[in-house]
Amino acid sequence: MSAPLAQLRIREDPTESCEADNGFCPDWIADNFDRYVDPFFEHVYLTVVAVAIGFAISFALALIAYRRRWLVSPITQVTGILYTIPSIAAFFLLLPLTGRGKTTALIALVAYVLLIIFRNVLAGLDNVPDETKDAGRGMGLTDRQLLWRVEVPLALPEIMAGLRIAVTTTVGLATLAFFAGAGGLGGQIFSDITFKSNVVVAGGLAVLLAAALDGLILLVQRGITPWTRAVAAR
Amino acid sequence: MNTSDSAQPPGPSSRPAAATLEFRDATKRYPGQDHPAVDGLSLEVPAGEICVLVGPSGCGKTTAMRMVNRMIDITSGDILLDGSSVRERRPAELRREIGYAIQQIGLFPHLSVAGNVATVPRLLGWPQDRIRARVDELLELVNLDPHETRDRFPAQLSGGQRQRVGVARALAVDPPLMLMDEPFGAIDPINRERLQNEFLRLQREIRKTIVFVTHDIDEAIKMGDRIAVMRQGGKLAQYAPPAELLMYPQGRFVEDFVGSDRALKRLALQRVRDVDLWKAPLVRVGEPVAEARAKATESEVPYPLLVDGEGKPLGWLSEKGMQGERVEPELRSNPDPVLELEDVLRDALSDLLQEEAQYGPVVDHRGQVVGVLSIEILGHALRSDPDEVPSGADAAA
Repeated sequence: MSAPLAQLRIREDPTESCEADNGFCPDWIADNFDRYVDPFFEHVYLTVVAVAIGFAISFALALIAYRRRWLVSPITQVTGILYTIPSIAAFFLLLPLTGRGKTTALIALVAYVLLIIFRNVLAGLDNVPDETKDAGRGMGLTDRQLLWRVEVPLALPEIMAGLRIAVTTTVGLATLAFFAGAGGLGGQIFSDITFKSNVVVAGGLAVLLAAALDGLILLVQRGITPWTRAVAAR
Repeated sequence: MNTSDSAQPPGPSSRPAAATLEFRDATKRYPGQDHPAVDGLSLEVPAGEICVLVGPSGCGKTTAMRMVNRMIDITSGDILLDGSSVRERRPAELRREIGYAIQQIGLFPHLSVAGNVATVPRLLGWPQDRIRARVDELLELVNLDPHETRDRFPAQLSGGQRQRVGVARALAVDPPLMLMDEPFGAIDPINRERLQNEFLRLQREIRKTIVFVTHDIDEAIKMGDRIAVMRQGGKLAQYAPPAELLMYPQGRFVEDFVGSDRALKRLALQRVRDVDLWKAPLVRVGEPVAEARAKATESEVPYPLLVDGEGKPLGWLSEKGMQGERVEPELRSNPDPVLELEDVLRDALSDLLQEEAQYGPVVDHRGQVVGVLSIEILGHALRSDPDEVPSGADAAA
């Protein structure tokens, strides 16, 4: 793909009336669905890998900043700047450094989710009640035990909420990854932006992916935070 | 002392150990503050006793308590647990040997009741089956049904149940010392009273050394074997058993703090069984009237008390009931208030005043009359110390 914005004619038989009208053609979709499969999985890959790396980095940053409060403001500022750089601009800024391909796209996508996850993890940790921490320390939990056995588990609802925002945002942003030559559903959408059938299928797959990943995280969250659903019995 | 030894819980039959605790000129000074938070605190708590730290807010009582398990490190002086300094211990290890219960309880919301209670046993690496058995044992000890509560989350418990779980958690590895910071502070007054009584009963069984922090002098008098009254600036104003504190408060501050009704408060220290009761002139229906009259004359109580076949009080016999040969069930009044041997004298007095009665029958746990308590007896109890002017007696009359 040397010219990402070139409009390719993907319609083989433009004389057929539905296709000629750029309409929504179920027959065409059924015949051509194969062409969306690879971009879809590229999209899944970009999203999952970007969020996973972004989560690892920002979770670590949040844990460090939680104990060393003076780091909160510089980390928030730096990740905040990364968050405000438009991703298309980021792709083009990175091209001379990292070249075209998935690496460039992933760097930009990761940079974008850092702030979201960092702030949610930190907020989750900050919201752990003081008396809970005091009781834990008073019973002889070391700082590390307190963190992993009490503070992180209690922050899980906020952490998972951050992940859900990060995932849905990243699915959307990854549609621009083809500008960096990383493929994904965006390439398909822009391949023939005038053809309704194409846009609906490619765009629809992105929406479905976002909803599916969001639902998956929600399910995991329910599984690992059973206490949040425990209602007063009396 | 090594950790694995002290972590051994006793078998059901062995006697749990309690530690002695000594503050030796313990001082906490925060940098940048003119006055120490705790200023040269020296006191000894004998093994198995409850020492209450009481005083107005800002007197350093909580700081003093938290110095014991090194949640706050002392600046100078020392604190000795069974003769050895807490300063030489690693804080986390030390804390696992000291039970810890705080006002907001601080249960872990994400762990079940069993998970909460098992916190310290898990830190000490107990095997699973031993932890499970200990959790059930502890829940029963604090009057919770293990089957019903074990798997609940704290959010599913009432305030009183949470408090009990907090106590069970603090007792998990049978620590020789417990620190309790206003443990009943967040509980409504009615349940608070019940939990206090429950805890005192429990303490009679477990005989721990306990440091108990409260701002409430009534709670201090009720719970404490010894009371340390602290005042602003982290100074110890007086350290004495409750009765002594009420009889001989040292200085204006303590006098004001224990309150002008301290004579009445002393009534809260004694139970009905602790005083000499009057003999009750008990009569039954069908008994010869002559005998009944004789009993009434012998007794300080002017009227015979009619009881049923089991010795339970029915009421005070009227003159009409003694007209014939045999006693008839004619009552001048019901027997209220019926007092119990376990009632504290203050409650008994309150009951008598409420019923506008001069005296009331006292029953044992089976409900049988064992004597009569009167306002006069209570007056004696108040005057029992010759040096003490019963200032509260006016209110009682």
